[in-house]
Amino acid sequence: MESTGASTDTPAAAAAVAAGTPAFRLRGVCLGYGGARIVGPLDLDIPAGVSTAIIGANGCGKSTLLRGLTRQLPLMGGSIEVLGTPVEGWPARAYARTVALLPQSPVVPEGMSVEQLVERGRHPHRSWFGARTRRDEAVIASALERTELVELAGRDIAELSGGQRQRVWLALVLAQETPIVLLDEPTSYLDMSHQVELLDMVRALPDPSADGAGGADERAGGRADGQRRRATTVSVLHELNMAARTADFIVAMAHGQVVASGTPADVLTPAILAEVFDLEADVIPDPLLGHPVVLARGKGQTAAVEGGLSASLSNGADDGAS
Amino acid sequence: MSAGECSTAAAADQPTAREQVAALRSRGRRRLRLVVAGLAVLVLALMAVRVLLGAYTVTIPDFFRILGGEQIPGATYIVMQSKLPRAVGAALAGAAFGASGSLFRRTLRNPLASPDLIGISAGASAGAVVAMTVLGWRGPGMAIGALIGGLGVAGIVLAFARSGGARGSGGATTAMGSEKVIVAGIALSSLAMVIVSQIVLSLEKGDLQSVSVWTSGSLSTANWTRITWLAIALVILLPLGLAIHQALAPADLGADFAHGLGARPERTGFLALVVGALLASAATAAFGPLAFVALLSTPLARGLTGGRPSLPVAALVGAAIVVAADFLGTEAIPGVRLPTGILTGAAGAPLMLWLLIRSKSKV
Repeated sequence: MESTGASTDTPAAAAAVAAGTPAFRLRGVCLGYGGARIVGPLDLDIPAGVSTAIIGANGCGKSTLLRGLTRQLPLMGGSIEVLGTPVEGWPARAYARTVALLPQSPVVPEGMSVEQLVERGRHPHRSWFGARTRRDEAVIASALERTELVELAGRDIAELSGGQRQRVWLALVLAQETPIVLLDEPTSYLDMSHQVELLDMVRALPDPSADGAGGADERAGGRADGQRRRATTVSVLHELNMAARTADFIVAMAHGQVVASGTPADVLTPAILAEVFDLEADVIPDPLLGHPVVLARGKGQTAAVEGGLSASLSNGADDGAS
Repeated sequence: MSAGECSTAAAADQPTAREQVAALRSRGRRRLRLVVAGLAVLVLALMAVRVLLGAYTVTIPDFFRILGGEQIPGATYIVMQSKLPRAVGAALAGAAFGASGSLFRRTLRNPLASPDLIGISAGASAGAVVAMTVLGWRGPGMAIGALIGGLGVAGIVLAFARSGGARGSGGATTAMGSEKVIVAGIALSSLAMVIVSQIVLSLEKGDLQSVSVWTSGSLSTANWTRITWLAIALVILLPLGLAIHQALAPADLGADFAHGLGARPERTGFLALVVGALLASAATAAFGPLAFVALLSTPLARGLTGGRPSLPVAALVGAAIVVAADFLGTEAIPGVRLPTGILTGAAGAPLMLWLLIRSKSKV
């Protein structure tokens, strides 16, 4: 493997991903507020270099888990390793160069242009009073390009639509140049086309620590674009079908515990959906892309035989394909 | 090949985006520089008007001769003991209130969360009056009383804000915290002003004149000793405030985002409020509460910068307001001398109502 100076900041990150180390390794993790435990104790490995979605009913501890992963909440118990390194004792700025967060409802500051906001993402890369460098400018420009915001760079954030604003936050997080990006319900206020647009952008985020690492990205997962290794992204998502469409790995949570984790096909089953959401549902494969599609049912509306509908539909799809 | 070189090379293929980013950047900087330079000229011009014009006019050559130490009967005394110290004192106090307002505004993210409205100035006033009348302290003792009073109110208000911030998202830096700060602050402000007026009412007539400064604020007490003390305080507090103001940038996006960016919004916000309270208390210790200067400066400053928070701009706006108010108070109506704080209060009340309406409609 050619590891000729993979990164400016996190050379360990590139090596860790290449070695198959999970992005996050949680063991016996307990999280909560003011002594009340909300999450855990849970064990969980979140794979590196792929998109993970965390799903679960309201109040199941998804956002709390995310706050634990950003270290905003101190651990009540257990341990977290990020790319093989325990999180205890990382300085805040160094941690923010490895793990970025797009929170659920960022404050929209007054009188700030898109470009000025995206520049905030450079914060962990600067010292106090550090002047803006040419590299900062290059990173900000490429973040704006990747999120298709170059034309809007000079506009006031308050003038933008919800979808555009969400792309600004994504650009800010991109400018942070972290190998791991966490997103807390990034699609909450978006219509469906903007949800797809944003989540596809999230899926395509490159791993900045892999820049220049050449062809060291073979193991980045089946759906990787093959050119560059992808960043690890972990999104809390409400829309199950969006999660199924855009995630490589799904973690289902209920009552502060992980109920199931694995590929969308492994996790999005009627039995697990019943346990996680108390939802009766049928699951069929998407006829074109093959990922599972969840069809919510009312009481007594599910297919008469367990798995009958999905079995018959998937047989039909197979027949059509062959 | 390092990541830095790689990105630079990649960006060179698409020069437009980078050039656009660089152009936006320099445009923003140019505007800020223009505003700061323009305001600095305005403050100096207002100070010149304050010193040279009015019921007693001084010619420019005379002014420089007086500054050079020449004794011109009458004129030297009026310029060196009244006009010039009032102009300089007004500029310093205004800058202190303006900077303080900018720190509170950015930390608490609410246009109404200014040190005069939430009782910092009133607390400082009460502290000074109590130190002077009850404890019999004079001079620096009074200033210490004012600092204790201002910080005391700030501490109580902050404790209120922290008692019930949204869970996990950081006490005083949340919008919810800032509403509590305002309500608690208004209550404490009234209490402090009741203390001040009760003490003032119980005073002998001779003391009444000097103590009335503490109810509204006035530059009639300006002298070089007070100016020196205030200047020393500002030399320490303004650079500190500027650094903290810039460190608040990630917190503009909310506590969650700030944490994600590796900042510590609670700690920075706490420091900002302490320095802001010290600035307002120091100015109050010198010339009284000067109502609404802090409240007025920040929205006006943001109007000039196009919404961007800037502590130097807010400080310069504050200085301009107080110098202008002092001139108008003494010269606008012949024979009538209104305390500076009455004028700023009269100008601030309608603006505060306007802010109240606007902040309601925005939230």
